[in-house]
Amino acid sequence: MPEPPVRGSGFGVRGSGFGVPAMNLAARARGVLLAALLVSGAAACRGAAPARSDPAAGLPVEAPARIVSLVPAATEMLFAVGAGPQVVGVSSFDAWPPEVATRARVGALLDPDVERILALRPQLVVIYDTQEELRQQLSRAGIASYGFRHGGLAEVWSTVRDLGRRSGHAPAAGTLARDLAARIEAVSSRVAGRPRPRTLLVFGRDPAALRSVHASGGTGFLHEVLDAAGGENVLADVARESVAVTTELLLARAPAHIVEVRPGAPIGPDAAAGLRDAWRVLPAIPAVRDGRISVLVGDEFVIPGPRLVVAVDRLARALHPDAF
Amino acid sequence: MVPLRRRLAATVLGFGGVAVTACLLAPLVGSTRISLIRALDRSAPFADNLDAQIFFVARLPRTLAAALVGAALASAGVVLQALLRNPLASPFTLGVSAGAALGAMLAITCAGTWAVSGVSVVPLAAFAGSLGAVAIVYALATVKRRGLSTEVLLLAGVTLNAFFSALILFVQYFADASQTLRTVRWLMGDLDVGGYGPVLAALPMVLLAAAGVALLPRSLNLLSLGTEAAAARGVNVLGAQRLAFLSASVATGAAVSLGGPVGFVGIIVPHLVRLLVGADHRLVLPAAALFGAAFLVGCDVVARVALAPLELPVGIVTAILGGPFFVWLLVRQR
Repeated sequence: MPEPPVRGSGFGVRGSGFGVPAMNLAARARGVLLAALLVSGAAACRGAAPARSDPAAGLPVEAPARIVSLVPAATEMLFAVGAGPQVVGVSSFDAWPPEVATRARVGALLDPDVERILALRPQLVVIYDTQEELRQQLSRAGIASYGFRHGGLAEVWSTVRDLGRRSGHAPAAGTLARDLAARIEAVSSRVAGRPRPRTLLVFGRDPAALRSVHASGGTGFLHEVLDAAGGENVLADVARESVAVTTELLLARAPAHIVEVRPGAPIGPDAAAGLRDAWRVLPAIPAVRDGRISVLVGDEFVIPGPRLVVAVDRLARALHPDAF
Repeated sequence: MVPLRRRLAATVLGFGGVAVTACLLAPLVGSTRISLIRALDRSAPFADNLDAQIFFVARLPRTLAAALVGAALASAGVVLQALLRNPLASPFTLGVSAGAALGAMLAITCAGTWAVSGVSVVPLAAFAGSLGAVAIVYALATVKRRGLSTEVLLLAGVTLNAFFSALILFVQYFADASQTLRTVRWLMGDLDVGGYGPVLAALPMVLLAAAGVALLPRSLNLLSLGTEAAAARGVNVLGAQRLAFLSASVATGAAVSLGGPVGFVGIIVPHLVRLLVGADHRLVLPAAALFGAAFLVGCDVVARVALAPLELPVGIVTAILGGPFFVWLLVRQR
């Protein structure tokens, strides 16, 4: 029985033995986030994105014994529904669960290694929905594929169910999706009724200065995670996942709380203090004036998989420390 | 014929008026509506005065940055077009911007993510990269003969551009997606400097370059006729060429490290200005600097308000305005 992705009451996943060096992990996870954003951007650009691979069509009669996943979030889902032993290959960015360290690496969004994928003789390959060429190559080789689409929380739960069906673990996937949704709901109800701080959720900027600040707009999983954690997104009216925030916008939106999320291994208090200090150049922002800047580090903030439950919990604790 | 002195006064007054007006109006416009009266109201403490903060912290520094970058790039463009006797030359022709881009990209990719200090290393690395490119191009252009060969200068610059671009792509291929995104974003130009520090850091370099350029107009007029003609009329050809190359390069390096390689300002503005004031560099240089400042300040306003609250990278605005103009210019010259 593979390990569930989130153990017990389980918010202690940080630091529990990643299978790759921490430095790599940080770099990789950042890549994952951006890759995911790029994918969603690419999908949006094409206008009507092709429908997701129909779970019914091409469904293997028997569960696939060998699965390759090019999508870290999907890999986490497969392990979480119990399909971990079937997973034989993962992307270059996969770092969770620790078992992925023993799986073959087959490239990622931009550089899938088709030869290596074929050599693994998979019966199902999870790819990004935008990897149309790869889908066709696989289909010519007679290999079923599942197109992963980036989206909000609802999309995550439905992907968990889809992957459960496709991997032969439908009941476990149904239970997991319900359980994850319920646990997020539990956090939400815990902070419900409290004042929702107007929050800016930053997921990238220049290291030492407030330049090229990127924050969550009003769509996508980060926005929904913030919403569930009891925060009011100051950029909720901007219908984009990623917003390049100018100095003027930072001042005009006047967030009462700033949360910086970063992928990777935990950082020391000095590094976190350094990140917070960078905001001192804009003391007029209420969050800066009142010292309400939280730095949250962990891959759960960039990979829209089962660990989003952890993300919601950590964010809720940062925004509403009195509720816990 | 109106004497030069009066034409110069008229030019500086006219273009200076445009530049000053642009710099005064630009901070009043933006994604947020602010009141100038409240912004200048000293009775309320600055910390509680949102209008003042947006005016003085967000808009004024970037207006000044736009003016500085626009003036530096436009004058560098004029100087290089005269030096290389090529209307297609721009501040980026000689590899300066590619060197800066390589420096910036290495800083983005290799510098520690957790660098903690007030200053970002990206502009410093960009400036160092631009100086490195200048040194290489200059060394190549002077290596074989005593003079400065403008043909070799041009070819060395173009080759260095290609070489640095390949290095950039090489490092990019192994960088992760977020670093790639930041590099691409840097290449589009960004004037949201978020304070006066970066502007003040670039100012001495731009002033140094301006001092060099101020000595050049007469020599550039004669150099445009060819080096032999210039030498026959008493121009110290090598000295003038060196000064022109180095001033234009320092101006470009400072501008690019402040705002990124904002395209087209350095190539459109010189031609626009020549259409208006003629080819005399004693008029073209001040006019180009002032009009370049006004043009980039205006483009930055468009970039800020066109899709507000989202912002267009200013390099996109200048290129969208500049591209069609440039094509028209090419066709017209046939």
